[in-house]
Amino acid sequence: MDAAAKPRFRLGDFTAYLQALPLGLVLTVFLVVPILTIVVVSFWDYDSVQVYPDFLLTNYVDLVTSNVTWVTYLNTLKYALLVWVFTLGIGFTVAYFVAFYVRSAVAQSALFLICTIPFLTSNIIRMISWIPFLGRNGILNQALQGAGLTDHPLEFLLFSDFSVVLTFVYLYAQFMVVPIFNSMMRIDRNLIEAARDAGANGFQILVNVIIPLSKSGILIGTIFVVTLVMGDFITVRLMSGGQSASVGLMIANEISLLQYPAAAANAVVLLVIVLLMVAAMLKVVDIRKEL
Amino acid sequence: MTKSMKKPGVSRRSLLKGGAAAVGLAAGSGALTGFPTIWAQNIKDVTLRQFGTGVSNLNAIADKVKEDLGFTLTMTALDSDAITQRAVTQPKSFDIADIEYWICKKVFPTGNLQPMDTNKIKYFGQIVPIFVTGKLTPESVIAQGTAPHTVSFVEGAESKTFAKAPTQWMTLIPTIYNADTLGIRPDLVGRPITNWKDLLDPAFKGKASILNIPSIGIMDAAMVCESMGLWKYADKGNMTKEEIDKTIGVMTDAKKAGQFRAFWKSFDESVNLMASGEVIIQSMWSPAVAAVRAKGIPCVYQPLAEGYRAWGGGLGMAKHLSGLELDCAYEYINWYLSGWCGAYLNRQGYYSAVLDTAKKFMSEDEWGYWMEGKPAAGDILSPEGKVMEKAGAVRDGGAFTERMGHVACWNSVMDEDRYMIKKWNEFIAA
Repeated sequence: MDAAAKPRFRLGDFTAYLQALPLGLVLTVFLVVPILTIVVVSFWDYDSVQVYPDFLLTNYVDLVTSNVTWVTYLNTLKYALLVWVFTLGIGFTVAYFVAFYVRSAVAQSALFLICTIPFLTSNIIRMISWIPFLGRNGILNQALQGAGLTDHPLEFLLFSDFSVVLTFVYLYAQFMVVPIFNSMMRIDRNLIEAARDAGANGFQILVNVIIPLSKSGILIGTIFVVTLVMGDFITVRLMSGGQSASVGLMIANEISLLQYPAAAANAVVLLVIVLLMVAAMLKVVDIRKEL
Repeated sequence: MTKSMKKPGVSRRSLLKGGAAAVGLAAGSGALTGFPTIWAQNIKDVTLRQFGTGVSNLNAIADKVKEDLGFTLTMTALDSDAITQRAVTQPKSFDIADIEYWICKKVFPTGNLQPMDTNKIKYFGQIVPIFVTGKLTPESVIAQGTAPHTVSFVEGAESKTFAKAPTQWMTLIPTIYNADTLGIRPDLVGRPITNWKDLLDPAFKGKASILNIPSIGIMDAAMVCESMGLWKYADKGNMTKEEIDKTIGVMTDAKKAGQFRAFWKSFDESVNLMASGEVIIQSMWSPAVAAVRAKGIPCVYQPLAEGYRAWGGGLGMAKHLSGLELDCAYEYINWYLSGWCGAYLNRQGYYSAVLDTAKKFMSEDEWGYWMEGKPAAGDILSPEGKVMEKAGAVRDGGAFTERMGHVACWNSVMDEDRYMIKKWNEFIAA
C-alpha cells in the first residue's frame, strides 16, 4: 500500500463530525436503536407469556380493524384538542400579562418564577390532589352545598372527562406560558409604539403585531402540550377512574398483559400520527424563520 | 442470588461443597426443627431475592428470616401483571417467586422455575388438601377456574407439564390464599346485600366499582351474570368466546348506563374509593376491607349466596438456584410452613398453607376468631399490635371451612385469554 497516494488526512475536515459525534452516539444508542427495536418487535408474534420473532402484519391488522382503536384515538385527540384550547388561552393571557403589563424586570422574573413553583413537587402528587378536592364528598362539593348553590353533590366533577381535561390543563399550562412569554419578551417594543403611532387600537396591536410575533412560542408550546397529552396514560387512568381510554393507556395495558408486539405496533402508529401532527404544525409556522 | 465475596480464599465450589456436606450432616441428625439446618459459615452472606404481590411480601417476614435462619431475604412487591412479566422475561432477577396459581399456569411452562422435591418439604403431608387433591374435605366439589391442585405438580424434576395427580415434584408451595367477595358500605347501601347481582342494581348507579385486572375482573363479572340468572357457565375460569362476548356485553351496557363510578387496579385505590364514599359496593380484597375499617369507616366483606371467588399464591424456586442457594431456599420454605409465618398471615385475614403449625403460634381467641368464626373474646390485634376488631366481633363469612368450602371459582387463565383481554379492553374503552 502506498500511503502517499491517498489524500492526506487532515483533522480539520472532520471537526464538525467529531463535534457532533457525542450527541450523535447518544441519540443513536438511546433513541434510534430503541425505536428500531420497537418497529421490529411490532411485526413479531406473541402468546400470553412469550414473544416469537416473525414477520407478521397481524398486529397492525388487529389494530386498524378494531373499533376500540378508532374510539380510543378519537378520544385521545379530543383530549388533546380541548387541552390545547384551554392551555393556549391561559398560557397566552398569563404570558401577555407578565410580558406587557408588568413593567419592572424584577417583578417579571418574580412572577415568572412563581409560575414554576408547582413544578417543585411531583406531577403525580399534583394530579392526585385533585381527587379529594373534586370527589363526591370533596371540598368543592361540600363548599357548593354549604353555600346553597346545589342541593346534591355534582358527580361529573370527578372520574369524568371534565376531571381529566382539568388536570391536563393544570399540569401543562406552564408548557404554554414559558415559550410564549419567551417570544413575547423578544418583541421589539418600538414595533408596538409604531403601531400605536400609526393609529392601531389595542386589539389591532394584539392581532396584527403581538400574535404574529409570538407564533414561534405558541407553536413550541403547542408541540409540548399536544405530544404530552397524546402520549399520556397515568392522568387519564387516575382522573377518569379507569373509565376512559387513551392511546397511551391502551399501550400500557398491552404491555402489562405481556402483549409486547401489539403494544409496539400501537406505539409505532402513535409515533407516526404524532410526527405527522408536528410536521403539519411546522408547515403552518416556519419555526426556523421565526426564531 | 447475590453473594458478597469478602474472603478471596473461599472459592464458590468449595463453599457449595461445604454447604452440601453440612446439610447432609444436619439432615442426617434429624434432630432440628425450626432452626437453621444449614451451617455453612457463609450462610449470612447469602441473599435470596423474592418478589411477589404486596400481600405476602412483608418486611416482618424478611426480618424474621434473618433472625431465625441467618440469611438475608429481600422483598420486592409488584402487581400481578408486573410479576408475570418479570417471572417470564427476567428469570435471573429473582430467586424466589411468590406468584399466584393462575400466574403459575402461565409462567411454569416457560421453564424459568424448577419444581420442588416434596421429600424435602417437611410439612408436605400437612398442607391443606385444596392444594394437593383439590378437595377441602373428601366430599367437597372442586370449584371452577384454575384450581391450585391442577397446577401444583409436574411430571418430573425437569418437567414443564402439569401432572394430573400429585407427584413428588411440586411447582409452588402455597403461602396464602383467601376467598374474595364484594365489599360494601353497610351505612350507605341501605338494604341487605345477598347476591353478586346486587353489584349491577340500578339503585347503586354511579356508586359501584369493579377491579380492572382482566383475568380477575371477568370472573367477578361472570359471578354477577350467573347470579342475575342470565345463563350458566360450564367453567367460569375457561369461557368460550361466545360466553366472553355475552359477559362483556352485560358489563358494557351497565357501564354505558353509568353504573360504575370507577375501576380500580391497586389495593389502595379500592380502599380510597370505599373510604371516601365514591363507591359503596365493589369487588374488594379482604385486607382492603380491614384498611377501610381501620379508618373507623364501616365496611363489610359481604358473603354472598353464590359463593366466593378464591385465589391462592405460593412460593416457587427460580431455575438457576443450585447448591447452597437452593438449600437455603428449601430451608426458607420449611420455615415458612413451620408456624410463625402462618400465624402472621392468618392474623391479617388470609389463610396459611399448614394450619396445624400456625395454630401453635396463635392464641385460642385469635384462632377462634380468624379460623373458627367464633365471636372474639377480647380485642383482635393486627400483627403490628393495632386493634383490628373489638371484643364480640365475628369474622365476615365465618369459619375457614365455611368460607373456603364455598368457593365457586378460582382466579384463572383461560384458553381464550387473548380474546378475553381484547374484549375486556373494549369494555374499559367503551
